[in-house]
Amino acid sequence: MSKSSPATQDGYLRIEHVTKRFMGVTAVENANISIARGEFFSLLGPSGCGKTTLLRMIAGFEFPTEGAIYMDGQDMSAVPANKRPSNMVFQSYAIFPHLNVHDNIAYGLRRLRLSRREVNRRVEEALAMIHLPGLGKRRADQLSGGQRQRIALARALVNRPKVLLLDEPLGALDKKLRESMQLELRELQRSVGITFVFVTHDQEEALSMSDRIAVMFKGKVLQVASPRALYEAPNCREVADFIGSINFFEATVRGQEGGDVILEAAGLGTVRANLPAEHGFISPGARVIAAIRPEKILLLADGNGQPGQSAVGVIGAHAYLGDRDHLQVALSGRKEPVAVAAQQIERALTARFDSGQKVTLGWDKAAMLVLPG
Amino acid sequence: MMATPRRIQSPKTARPSIGLMIFAIAYLVFLYLPVLFLPVFSLNDSAFIKFPLEGFTTRWYDEALSDQNMIAALMNSLKVGAISAVSATFLGLLAAKAVTRYRMRGAGTAMGVIMLPLFIPEIVLGISMVLLFDAVDLPLSLVTVTIGHIMLTVPFAMAVLIARMDGFDKSLEEASLDLGESAWMTFWRVTFPLVLPGIVSSLLLTFIVSFDEFLIAFFLGGTDMTLPVYIWSQLRFPAKLPSVLAMGALILVASCVLVVLAEWLRRRGVSDEAKKGAIGI
Repeated sequence: MSKSSPATQDGYLRIEHVTKRFMGVTAVENANISIARGEFFSLLGPSGCGKTTLLRMIAGFEFPTEGAIYMDGQDMSAVPANKRPSNMVFQSYAIFPHLNVHDNIAYGLRRLRLSRREVNRRVEEALAMIHLPGLGKRRADQLSGGQRQRIALARALVNRPKVLLLDEPLGALDKKLRESMQLELRELQRSVGITFVFVTHDQEEALSMSDRIAVMFKGKVLQVASPRALYEAPNCREVADFIGSINFFEATVRGQEGGDVILEAAGLGTVRANLPAEHGFISPGARVIAAIRPEKILLLADGNGQPGQSAVGVIGAHAYLGDRDHLQVALSGRKEPVAVAAQQIERALTARFDSGQKVTLGWDKAAMLVLPG
Repeated sequence: MMATPRRIQSPKTARPSIGLMIFAIAYLVFLYLPVLFLPVFSLNDSAFIKFPLEGFTTRWYDEALSDQNMIAALMNSLKVGAISAVSATFLGLLAAKAVTRYRMRGAGTAMGVIMLPLFIPEIVLGISMVLLFDAVDLPLSLVTVTIGHIMLTVPFAMAVLIARMDGFDKSLEEASLDLGESAWMTFWRVTFPLVLPGIVSSLLLTFIVSFDEFLIAFFLGGTDMTLPVYIWSQLRFPAKLPSVLAMGALILVASCVLVVLAEWLRRRGVSDEAKKGAIGI
């Protein structure tokens, strides 16, 4: 379950005002993130959003142009990669091709000047942890993709890092293997209790594995929140759009009533919504965006719609997906149709959906999000 | 300089035509027949280089190997070749590391300048270096020849080593740093073993280039002679010719062995990478 309490100022891994520019191009802009000890934290965003650059700055392969990174209270600004208490699992896994599995895993132990027996013990322990016991003698070029991924993980964890950095470690695996590795990785993180910073562009992966997620877009950290909060209460259009699917409506603020905000939205008419947690941008006449996810829209019997929480439309395209139906509903006063996902349970109650059929759409006012325009 | 043998590939779909076949054979004969004269006449029992062949002998080889001046020249060539090869490969390795591993301003220009000696006529290089060494009062000797050869062979070393350095995943070196090794230990534990086939191949290639080189050795050698220069000086004496042929044949065989070895190592390195790629991700 997600740790809902946000990390405090004394976070275990702190990224403070970090900016990185490469020859005039800003890859990361003023990133502020505080990660708690033992947290499974993800950096999520489309490719080119700066998430890998940020991870590489944490690892020490790149240095911030501005700002600083602290690990366990220590400023890492002047600490090179080989002196940092972090280890990384590379996207390519970077298994040393000239070494066998044992030597790959033992690579980082050389500095510790352990006895041969102790090294062997730790390597065997690591191999057991990743469910590949007895594989030590295997040559690097005889490994499957999944094995390489696990060995990269063991090679990093055997050093008992304070922070483990993972750069899209599951991206190269096929779907089935990826899904089982997601579960395994999460279990592993829980059992070793090491802070994980996980980079991915796969929102489902991030949602299912993380305690908290930072969504990045064009070099900026847009929102840092638990998976639930990101999905249910995104703080801007980009985050809402990147995570899951959603309908956007251009809207104008009419006023406030109790704890609610009253909007005039194109295609929906007058709409009532909960006041968002951060509502500095809401003032009468302000342009905002109303947004609602397709599965939060219900199909109602005619005339059952509540004012401010319903609209009447005509079914356009319709796709049957087994466990749910995807409908495109046209509303007057709006060019784009509204996407509606009707779950099986609800669908059984309703008649068949046909193109051209008139329907009433309804929703809970808490489901209607209000975002800055 | 050696002509490196190349594989001629025809498009897979085209059927070989008789005409092309004849052309190819004629071409190969033209290319290699003169070279074959060397071993043939070096075993011919006559002081004159002409047909018909007189009989089999190995006395020219005995003569060549007992010619103290020729042996001295051979030793000079080996020394110059070895030092040039090691120096050029070392410099090439540094340059290859710089070009492939760092974001640098003017990397392209630097590469161009380093590669330039490949395209400057050797006679121009030779004369200009004579002028340079004269200007700085460095007497012409094997030392100046070696300097010239290092300059000439660095581009070869770089070409081989850059290809090799580019051929492996940069994150391997980062992984080593990440696992706590210093830059120096990373070089020895990761970079060096992975570049090793390239280093060996560069050593062999640069050695051969230096060993076979005539013009620069001739201009910069002063009174010190490398083997090619010595052989050239002996061509004036017809009686010496057969023993020169014998030495030439020996060098030919040695060069061939080295080139094949270098190429084999280079390919082995490449196919290791290809294999890794195929089984890897």
